[in-house]
Amino acid sequence: MEQNWNDKNGKFHMASAMDYLPREQLRNIQTQRLRAMVELAYEKVPLHRNRMDALGVKPSDIKSIDDISKLPFTQKSDLRDTYPYGMFAVDTSEVVRLHASSGTTGKPIVVGYTEDDMEVWGDSILRCLRMCSIAPKDFIQVCFGYGLFTGGLGLHGGAEKLGCTVIPASGGNTERQLMIMRDFGTTAICCTPSYFIHMIEESQKYGVDMKTLPLTRGVFGAEPWSEQMRMYMQKNTNIKAYDIYGLSEITGPGVGCECGEQNGLHILEDYYYPEIVDPETGVPLPDGEEGELVLTTLSKRAMPILRYRTHDITSIMTETCKCGRTLRRIRRIGRRSDDMFIIRGVNVFPSQIEVALMRVEECTPNYRIILEREKDLDTVTVEVEVGEQYYSDSVSELDALRKKIRTSIVNIVGISVVVKIVEPNKIPRSEGKAKRVFDNRKI
Amino acid sequence: MKIKQISVFLENTPGNLEKACRAIAEADVNLQTITIAETKDYGIVRAIVDNPEKAVDALKEKGFSAKLVDVLAIEVDDTPGALSSILKKSSENGLNIEYMYAMTRPINDKPVMIMSFKDIDTAERVFG
Repeated sequence: MEQNWNDKNGKFHMASAMDYLPREQLRNIQTQRLRAMVELAYEKVPLHRNRMDALGVKPSDIKSIDDISKLPFTQKSDLRDTYPYGMFAVDTSEVVRLHASSGTTGKPIVVGYTEDDMEVWGDSILRCLRMCSIAPKDFIQVCFGYGLFTGGLGLHGGAEKLGCTVIPASGGNTERQLMIMRDFGTTAICCTPSYFIHMIEESQKYGVDMKTLPLTRGVFGAEPWSEQMRMYMQKNTNIKAYDIYGLSEITGPGVGCECGEQNGLHILEDYYYPEIVDPETGVPLPDGEEGELVLTTLSKRAMPILRYRTHDITSIMTETCKCGRTLRRIRRIGRRSDDMFIIRGVNVFPSQIEVALMRVEECTPNYRIILEREKDLDTVTVEVEVGEQYYSDSVSELDALRKKIRTSIVNIVGISVVVKIVEPNKIPRSEGKAKRVFDNRKI
Repeated sequence: MKIKQISVFLENTPGNLEKACRAIAEADVNLQTITIAETKDYGIVRAIVDNPEKAVDALKEKGFSAKLVDVLAIEVDDTPGALSSILKKSSENGLNIEYMYAMTRPINDKPVMIMSFKDIDTAERVFG
């Protein structure tokens, strides 16, 4: 492959030029790409064509990027209903890669990539890694699962394209991960935030002092995580922790990422066009207002997706970023419209409970939320592990701590909960996405 | 006399105490006295053993939250009013007892109470 480096030490990469385009030029690119993509989707994918016909929209009605709101939405269920290849716009002979979601609810969904799509995906991740100041000289340990999940192979491809020394550690086997980290001299890591926290906890047990490692950057995604978790990671290691965003339906990781400002995620909007809509009505909302993120692929050929409802709640930030990139940013995603639960008429997001827990110094980020229904009354139980030194010998001290945690949750969430301090390592650790909410209500 | 007690945070579920005791047994540590402060969700097991450091290591190895806690072992005469005179001495010195329990075996033919104080050093001076 050609070397298109201006600076081998990683000041700049040609692919990142798109991050800094003047907005007007970016709009022209978005318009051109959207029009071509809508034509392809209309011609090749019956679901998109039928939906557009039902709304009376023809590809020729899409004259500029502003016309995007005329297009129909795509839902996750559409991908499930057309399983496995019903959303493909090209013959499978052109498809060079398949990935699939875990499919916790029913059938999995399958996504495909042409050779061009793989290039775009690789570029996307490369640009994201550059936002995290990761350069060819870095040793990057990829601890997302390798396989059908887009996380592992996605990050791997982008990091290799950037020219990093890639360590394909995949998920699991924490002791080996820590050994590799120390012996191979890992300087950057990518995994789920909950798995990295697990590594921090385990590091003492295996005699690895994370503070003495050359590890200085972490790229975390695939699940929502809080500012408090970031502080915990940055306090207990030498990393700067960056949030990366993506979803398989659109491409996988690499749709957006934080830059050094750590203040919002730049969406690579020359490839993935973001809109914010009212989650109830689907009506587009102006920049700055909070709603559901909707994404449209502008370059995908194997599987063009129109206005995908992500269920991720965020807003598009209006100010220009200090880093100089012109790509718009979204606020960090703390919650999803579909992981909200309703308790006694109050909408609760797991992230609110996490924030409440992390405000209590004694709490660790290991918690889970259990919903139950007793005699028509919903109860919320929050099980949390506290720091080793806080498992007091005194019942009254433990009880005071329990009350302190409960008060913190009541103050933020506004509902009363049962707090249980549980034994260390009682909360199952995840090496992928952490499952926080267990809804045992029989309704 | 100041001695080391082991304290273990245990969830109040069937089999959990057995698991903890087995960990201590497998380390070949002998339990001399054991007591539980229980709540609905969890209990704190407090025990006096012949090798507290080894017991705590064995428990931690098995994933339990275990720690060493300083307590006083106080000999009590086997006569009416013996305990109340100890308590009087304690309150006269402004010492509050967090919890207490009795050793199952006498030491020097005398019953022994295990007592926990917030201010253990003062308590040690008072009771010698």
